[in-house]
Amino acid sequence: MQEELIKNQETESYERKGSGLRKVKDVFHRMKKNKLAMFGLVIIILLVLTAIFADFIAPYDYSTNNLKDQFSGPSKEHLFGTDEFGRDIFSRIVYGSRISLQVGFISVGIALIAGVAIGAVAGFYGGKVDTILMRVIDIIQSLPDILLAIAIMAVLGPGLANLMIAVGIAAIPGYAKIVRSSVLSIKDSEYVEAAKANGSSDFRIIIKHIIPNCLAPIIVQATLGVAYAIINAAGLSFIGLGLEPPTPEWGAMLSGGRAYIRDFPHMTIFPGLAIVITIFALNVLGDGLRDALDPKLKQ
Amino acid sequence: MENLLEIKNLSIEYDTDERANKAVNNLNLKIREGETLGFVGETGAGKTTTALGIMRLVPDPPGKIVSGEIYFEGENLLQKSEKEMRTIRGNKISMIFQDPMTSLNPIMTVGEQIQEVIELHQNLAKDELRKKAEEMLETVGIRKERFDDYPHQFSGGMKQRVVIAMALACNPKLIIADEPTTALDVTIQAQVLELMKELKDKFNTSMLLITHDLGVVAETCDYVAIMYAGSSLEYGNVERLYNNPLHPYTVGLFNSIPSLDEDKEKLDVIPGTPPDPANLPTGCRFHPRCSRCMEICKKSIPKTIEVEKGHFVSCFLYDKEIKEGK
Repeated sequence: MQEELIKNQETESYERKGSGLRKVKDVFHRMKKNKLAMFGLVIIILLVLTAIFADFIAPYDYSTNNLKDQFSGPSKEHLFGTDEFGRDIFSRIVYGSRISLQVGFISVGIALIAGVAIGAVAGFYGGKVDTILMRVIDIIQSLPDILLAIAIMAVLGPGLANLMIAVGIAAIPGYAKIVRSSVLSIKDSEYVEAAKANGSSDFRIIIKHIIPNCLAPIIVQATLGVAYAIINAAGLSFIGLGLEPPTPEWGAMLSGGRAYIRDFPHMTIFPGLAIVITIFALNVLGDGLRDALDPKLKQ
Repeated sequence: MENLLEIKNLSIEYDTDERANKAVNNLNLKIREGETLGFVGETGAGKTTTALGIMRLVPDPPGKIVSGEIYFEGENLLQKSEKEMRTIRGNKISMIFQDPMTSLNPIMTVGEQIQEVIELHQNLAKDELRKKAEEMLETVGIRKERFDDYPHQFSGGMKQRVVIAMALACNPKLIIADEPTTALDVTIQAQVLELMKELKDKFNTSMLLITHDLGVVAETCDYVAIMYAGSSLEYGNVERLYNNPLHPYTVGLFNSIPSLDEDKEKLDVIPGTPPDPANLPTGCRFHPRCSRCMEICKKSIPKTIEVEKGHFVSCFLYDKEIKEGK
């Protein structure tokens, strides 16, 4: 009788089945309410599509010089104008999205995997393990990101893969520290103790209970991190350690246009806009994701 | 009946730099199969530490099991490897925590959490796992349609039901319930206790019920141990002990319960506070607060005496040798 009573009290309308896919749908459904985040998502999707279909979208080749057409402003032929070698800026930005997105996402991926692993282990086990790992992280962090990346690039030599590794390693400390501090607050919670009492191994507890619970700050940091990685990569390209010309990299284009900024501002405005829009989209998407991933905010 | 769990001379300490907190001191206990033992004591009496000790989950550092043996199904748990313990936790011995609000993972659905326990200890296919977890939900009186809901969508009492379902999922031999109803209001308390009693009988599980509430013990337990400063002062069958409390501390506890028939301005209290675990009194731990303290109580620790069958007390008042020797 008691059981029936409880069942009647808790009659709720929705009945849902499924597992992983349902969760993704749920998150997406909640995010749909956030207009700004959806705007960010649309921009990112457009960017990814641009990167994939660059060959079809770009009207010109990104490296063909056309010295007759130097420094021409935006027009019908050249949507965003041309640069000092007469190359079409629109085409270069379209191709550049490939480089920037790759550098952004892959280097953040590297930093994320290493940083989360280090932070989780340090926070969960504490004691000597924590001290050793965090002091190493402190040492890495005491060097400015860009200097560290320069040093790594100087050892590895230029190239896209090395650029991603260098930018990725430089970003590890940030993730490790964020993860560690969230793990510290989560590891003493009763559900972690309950998981131990259920016979879960440490590894399982970290993977299934602790990391998912500190995902929110990681996601926010990662979306910001993509933006930061794009800027860092651009900086490296500028000093000649990143990608070599004529590779169309947004940051490199920006610094290339710097010399002509008074007379031909379109050379810097358009690559700059591309970076700004990408970073803005990533940030609002990150915020929206954080809110959507938190089941407590679910109505 | 056979002893399912037997604790012998268990001592657990929490060591910090300056002080050693003796949380559990020479504790002896046993639980037989299918029996419920109530574990009563003030805050800081070492109840939870004992429970964690049985699970081998005392946080180390600073906690340390200094001495003693814990026999479960005839095997000493303190000699098991961590890996062996993992197959026991949640499978043969499971635990219900005090606060259902925080003992469920907020970002996993309740179904998944029950399913996880089963997955850890039984080799079942995915759909079978889900089916079994759904069955467990129904067993504790929650519709299986709520499998995919998150903990925050449940009320406190419902969450505690989920926790109970998790504890029972692998059909354990022993459940350690650490104040399972303290965080719930009284009507829900009754429901949850009723459910636990029902399921305990159904699955023939033994239970160690930790509580402050002597009323809860009377209702649900077969045996009771009165804890004070890390050891058990009195142990016995609930009926005998309640009808005939022997130890001055137990008597004091019963006197401090307001009675329905008497009109009283003030409740009887036991003077003083529980001792500092880092600085326990010599002799009987209770002597500074005891109204019937004798000279000998200050010097030596009383032995445990079986006063009547199955009713043990650690007090010199009942030690015939001492009395006759005087």
